[in-house]
Amino acid sequence: MIAFIVRRLLQSLVVMLVVALLAFSMFRFIGDPVNQMVGVDTTEEVRENLRERLGLNDPVSVQFGRFVVNAAQLDFGISYQHKKEVSNLLAERAPATLELAFLSAIFALIVGVPMGVYTGLHRDSWLSKVFLTVSLVGISLPTFLIGILMIFIFSVWLGWLPSFGRGEVVDLGFWSTGLLTVSGWQAAIMPSITLGLFQMTLIMRLVRAEMLEVLRTDYVKFARARGLPNRAVHFGHALKNTLVPVITITGLQLGSIIAFAIITETVFQWPGMGLMFLQAIQTVDIPIMAAYLILIAFIFVVINLIVDILYYVVDPRLRIDRATAAGH
Amino acid sequence: MNETTTFADSAGATARPRGNRPVLEVEKLRVEFPTRKGTLRAVDDISFHIDEGEVLGVVGESGAGKSMTGTAIIGLLEPPGRIAGGEVRLEGERIDNLPYEKMRRYRGARIGMVFQDPLTSLNPLYTVGFHLTETIRTHSDLSEKQARQRALDLLSEVGIPAPERRIDQYPHQFSGGMRQRVVVALALCANPRLIIADEPTTALDVSIQAQIIRLLQRLCREHGASVMLITHDMGVIAETADRVAVMYAGRIAEVGPVQEVVKNAQHPYTEGLMGAIPTIGGTHEDLVQIKGSMPRLTQIPSGCAFHPRCPKAFDRCRRERPELMPAGRSEAACWLHDPAEKGRRRGNG
Repeated sequence: MIAFIVRRLLQSLVVMLVVALLAFSMFRFIGDPVNQMVGVDTTEEVRENLRERLGLNDPVSVQFGRFVVNAAQLDFGISYQHKKEVSNLLAERAPATLELAFLSAIFALIVGVPMGVYTGLHRDSWLSKVFLTVSLVGISLPTFLIGILMIFIFSVWLGWLPSFGRGEVVDLGFWSTGLLTVSGWQAAIMPSITLGLFQMTLIMRLVRAEMLEVLRTDYVKFARARGLPNRAVHFGHALKNTLVPVITITGLQLGSIIAFAIITETVFQWPGMGLMFLQAIQTVDIPIMAAYLILIAFIFVVINLIVDILYYVVDPRLRIDRATAAGH
Repeated sequence: MNETTTFADSAGATARPRGNRPVLEVEKLRVEFPTRKGTLRAVDDISFHIDEGEVLGVVGESGAGKSMTGTAIIGLLEPPGRIAGGEVRLEGERIDNLPYEKMRRYRGARIGMVFQDPLTSLNPLYTVGFHLTETIRTHSDLSEKQARQRALDLLSEVGIPAPERRIDQYPHQFSGGMRQRVVVALALCANPRLIIADEPTTALDVSIQAQIIRLLQRLCREHGASVMLITHDMGVIAETADRVAVMYAGRIAEVGPVQEVVKNAQHPYTEGLMGAIPTIGGTHEDLVQIKGSMPRLTQIPSGCAFHPRCPKAFDRCRRERPELMPAGRSEAACWLHDPAEKGRRRGNG
């Protein structure tokens, strides 16, 4: 187990270095950074000075090394546009994105798993057919369209929910949360549903497919033949066996929820990292873009690691020493 | 464990005392599957009974309806399969039309079932002990602790060494034979009156097969359970069963005491089956093959389903379907044993 985690950590490190290289090359290939820092009328001498001071005349490998060392200390430089430290900017925006992603994932799980179980158990009931049809809509409609439709219905038409922003935010010092105020919750409802809808339908279809598969297995038949009540068969024996793929997909999806919150954040003007990233692209604010890239990669890597560790928790077959099972 | 002696005991099994009332009576049971191409009849009007303490072997090729019969009896047919007619009685009580919840309580407690593959019969995510205590507590009001003690007793009863250590292990930590022992313990843990063993040894190594069969036999005798042993292995049947029913295309072709059926087959299909068993010392030519293969359920021939493959078929076999009739010391569904037919043939010849 320990050896496995160490191995995964080393792999993750390689992935992060590759991503850092990509982020770093943005500085070099998307325009001259000095051009973006100084005015048009700056003399060549001043520019050369600046270049020397920023270390831009050093060999590429040295610069990359410096970039990695700084990034590891969460120092991503200063935003061209905001003139503030990128890490501080991201830290200000992160809570909004993370809360949104978290709420979306919870919504996707809480709604998706029961719907999947229901449609798996009652394959031919009309409610299952309704669920499946709705899920088709969820999978095929683009996120921004659903978001705009929801704004139209619930904000413009019914006037129940705010159409943009995060509502009132409580600052806890290290974290600003919208989950402590009513307006915060109200503002979070539509973005989280919009963002989580796709994952929800995905989870529902996945759980359904897995349930159908598991219900055909011998151990479920045997559980029935032993006279166990339906509840024990369905939830104890069947559902638990569907969890391994569900954990994988949900985990990986959590990464994409955070990464692809960009669109939802834009539609709802949600003040998170995604919105800032989009604005950064518009103003070619490379430090923010690079930092965001690295951050998202980091989140994916961490989530993958956690998912792998969760396998061990759920499936006892993996807990045996890998050394003995190294044959395959 | 002392399997040699129990096996020796079982050799005299035919002489064991029996109760009067059959544990299981099946009457004109019919199992159907509605499909787009029409209704398939997987089990067609079969009747048999199992006496108290008796082991009834059910043999036949794949698709003959053996497993379907077992599944129908325990009430676990997968929809759209359904019992389309007939009755199943357990100790005199009709069970084929019980509401789900009531039948659910009988499963495990009054009828147990052992499946073919011990590797897949146990849920990989739960310990062996969890499986046992879960089943025990479903059918009794024992506490968790008492149930665990009972589980330990059962594990040692089925011959699992060091049960205190093994009980908290997962199925993947057991070998195939050991797992099938656990499955047997699970099937028996609420003392059912009848065990349906559906190919309990097919997935196991030959050397383990005999052990499991003897274990099943011994435990069922000790617990007073009757057994319906479904298999395609005549060797297993010959060693274990008291009586044997031979199934062909959803019907019983022949049923009788095991020695009779093996040594003195009355139905041409049974004869063919027995001829197909290789014997030590027999030459290759001694192996008889039955021509053709079993018909699909969509194309069951008219009259006797076996007639296209039967070397002794005559006109009536093509037209009329034979029911079970006395044939020697067994019963066979074959017109050769119809007294009228015998008379006619004698008259002709």
